[in-house]
Amino acid sequence: MNAAAQTFNIRGRSLWLDVWETLKKNRAAFAATLVLAAMAVSVMVAPMLSPYAFDATDFNQISLGPSLPTMHLFGTDALGRDVFVRTMYGGRISLMVGLVATAVSLIIGVAWGAIAGFIGGRTDHVMMRIVDVLYAMPFMFFVILLMVFFGRSIVLIFVAIGAINWLDMARIVRGQTLSLKAEQFVEAARAGGVSNFNIVRRHIVPNLLGVVAVYVTLTIPQVILVESFLSFLGLGVQEPMTSWGALVNEGAQEMETAPWLLIFPAAFLAATLFCLNFIGDGLRDALDPRDRSK
Amino acid sequence: MTDAVLEVQSLNVRFTTAEGPVHAVRDLAFHIDAGETLGIVGESGSGKSQTALAIMGLLAANGRADGSACFRGDELIGLSDSAMNQVRGAGISMVFQDPMTSLNPYLTVGNQMRQVLQRHLGLSRRKAHDQARTMFEMVRIPEAEHRLNMHPHELSGGMRQRVMMAMALSCRPELLIADEPTTALDVTVQAQILELMHELKAKVNTSILLITHDMGVVAGNADRVLVMRDGECREYDSVDNVFYRPAGDYTRALLAAIPRLDDALSERLPTVDAPPNKTGTAVATSEQRLSNGAARELLTVDKLSVRFRVTQPGLLARARSLVAVDDVSFELAVGETLGVVGESGCGKSSLARAVLQLIPAASGRVCLLGRDLEPLQGIELKNMRRDMQVIFQDPQASLDPRMTIAQIVGESLDTFHSDLDQAERNDCVVSALLRVGLDAEHLNRYPHEFSGGQAQRIGIARALVFDPQLIVCDEPVSALDVSIQAQIINLLMGLQAERGLSLIFIAHDLAVVRHISHRVMVMYLGRAVEIADRQSLYGRPRHPYTRALINAVPIPDPEIERSRRHQVLLGDLPSPLEPPSGCGFRTRCPYAIQRCRNQRPPLRRVGQSLVACHRADEIE
Repeated sequence: MNAAAQTFNIRGRSLWLDVWETLKKNRAAFAATLVLAAMAVSVMVAPMLSPYAFDATDFNQISLGPSLPTMHLFGTDALGRDVFVRTMYGGRISLMVGLVATAVSLIIGVAWGAIAGFIGGRTDHVMMRIVDVLYAMPFMFFVILLMVFFGRSIVLIFVAIGAINWLDMARIVRGQTLSLKAEQFVEAARAGGVSNFNIVRRHIVPNLLGVVAVYVTLTIPQVILVESFLSFLGLGVQEPMTSWGALVNEGAQEMETAPWLLIFPAAFLAATLFCLNFIGDGLRDALDPRDRSK
Repeated sequence: MTDAVLEVQSLNVRFTTAEGPVHAVRDLAFHIDAGETLGIVGESGSGKSQTALAIMGLLAANGRADGSACFRGDELIGLSDSAMNQVRGAGISMVFQDPMTSLNPYLTVGNQMRQVLQRHLGLSRRKAHDQARTMFEMVRIPEAEHRLNMHPHELSGGMRQRVMMAMALSCRPELLIADEPTTALDVTVQAQILELMHELKAKVNTSILLITHDMGVVAGNADRVLVMRDGECREYDSVDNVFYRPAGDYTRALLAAIPRLDDALSERLPTVDAPPNKTGTAVATSEQRLSNGAARELLTVDKLSVRFRVTQPGLLARARSLVAVDDVSFELAVGETLGVVGESGCGKSSLARAVLQLIPAASGRVCLLGRDLEPLQGIELKNMRRDMQVIFQDPQASLDPRMTIAQIVGESLDTFHSDLDQAERNDCVVSALLRVGLDAEHLNRYPHEFSGGQAQRIGIARALVFDPQLIVCDEPVSALDVSIQAQIINLLMGLQAERGLSLIFIAHDLAVVRHISHRVMVMYLGRAVEIADRQSLYGRPRHPYTRALINAVPIPDPEIERSRRHQVLLGDLPSPLEPPSGCGFRTRCPYAIQRCRNQRPPLRRVGQSLVACHRADEIE
């Protein structure tokens, strides 16, 4: 068999396929992925299976404990609303805030940091000073101002959180890019005539992925917590719509009389954060070919 | 044997790793007598360092040693840490390869030195300070009092290694273990340190365990030699017997694989795993290789200079310019190899990068095939890059860890030939891999799955995939073991003969450069101080620096090493930020006169060579 024919038998390896294969071998990360996926699906589908609407009050059934016959799986709150459905709706908001705000910070932050780091010099200086200026703005003040000017809306929360979070990402990415830029394989690529854009795309960004993946999995919980905090202050989502943070807030006030109001949303929130941390760990290992043991 | 300082018997070192147990040292036995130097030689992974660490009780947490190592009759293996601390420093001390990482960067060297003296000899602070200064003077550190107050980063590599030696010898240990003490240093500094070790040994009467990969270092300094491979002893005899009457095949192969400054120029280096008589076909001699190219000019470098701006921290810092390459000119013919040698910091790598247009030149021209590269931008420059490629020093670092071999080697195909379909692209990559002696099966592997030698072959395959005219090799074999080094050199020379490649071969190893080059350029502080063909440069070096370099290279031959009077070049490389006036070399030159201070010598023809020295004609 000649060499050329031989190569057809060798399947190409793609980065993401490899990552998935490795991730599957990491039991904690794989289980966490499944749990998180199950939660994502259930917050979308489960409310439809319940006979109750998220904002329907029933004064005959105030503060009931969890029970199967009434179909109030997680019980009801002080207004007689079904906690199960509200937890699922809250999950929609919380997961969405987590994903959208993190995606915003990921896209802006990676692009900003990689460009500043790779071009360097004056461009780098100007771009990073902009970051410093934004850092100096007090976050809460910023959010309250937005709310006052534009009224409360869920979109504004996405924007506000995303606009703050990309700063950290940009700094981390820039630092990594600076050290990657000095690597010999980048120099080899330049000597090979590869354009700057392709160097960033093929060499810099893939080598950033490990750090970025970990940071993303840290950012999502952080964003969810920030949203909870805003809701706790009354700046977040508006009644009757809710989020996990808002539910935990309400539940905490009636912790002694109706503990289920706190336990269920808090359990979902905690489980999500746990899963994300495991996935982050697994992703970092899976994204680095050097760590893939045979 | 009563007078043995150290007696090691059936020493085994095992490591438990994720991939299963590793038996790093197997059943090793040796002894060191008082005042004797034992050299342990071996390639990386042969277990030579682990042997030393086991004796010192410094193995990594997953390592375990058994067997016996008796120091003055006391068993060391299995000794508790606190008991071992009594022996370390006072009885046995150690000098490591990299003096920067073994010194604490936050403390002055004097402070660190004092701690050792106060701890082991119980001296008072004052006395320890005086003792430290005496030790510094003993290892010939100039301005000892002043240097005691310096931090490690303020000292040069050679100075740091002297500090380490002073520290190691401060408590008059009976045994000094030197683990690759000169590997991280330049040849001229290496010669200084070896000379110093030789002298101190006589003065202090310490036994030395010298661990190194360099046969030349062993030849001149050891009384007896232990050759290791794969954790086993392959040969254990007096230095003369090991070099002149080697019993083992491995020792013989190892000795043959080293390019030497004094050997006849055979074209192929014998490699360790293939005995010399089986390598088969003779390759054309270098002169034949050259004449095939009919001496057509490929590359012209004209008065090239490279400057870096160096900013110092501080509010009112002024950017200073560091001249890395200063007014260097040379030509390279088709099929020719130009060797570039010099100590670290002499600008050889900057020259390579400037030729490749990876860093901008401050002035001067680089012409490839008659085209000036300087004004080229964008697409035009990209197209010229097809004809010039590069091979780097650290093979692993030059390969993107997240790409497969197919992606790495094929990357420039994507750049220049994006019209190729997958199959054609694969064909090109495979044929490049086959050319450098790798298999098509390696296509889908990642760089970390390869050894250093294989990784360097991948780097060469990447450079070759386009049939370039010029390959710039930046220290391509410095990071490799002797046996692998021989394979890579043979590969490069074979490829050159086959395709008429021109090579710029940068190295600090003069013997390797002598073996592969047609012409050699010697650089010092960014300037070319001598350019000559190989025979003239090594046979009749004209510049005092070239002489000093050649003189400093240890030759793997005990007889020659013993009789050779080492003319040790004094001092360190001056800071390139503040180069001396006139001739850059005058601060270390034994022939310097007033004129060298005032006037910078131009490169001029003396005999067969181009030399930049005022006194080149007078020096014989």
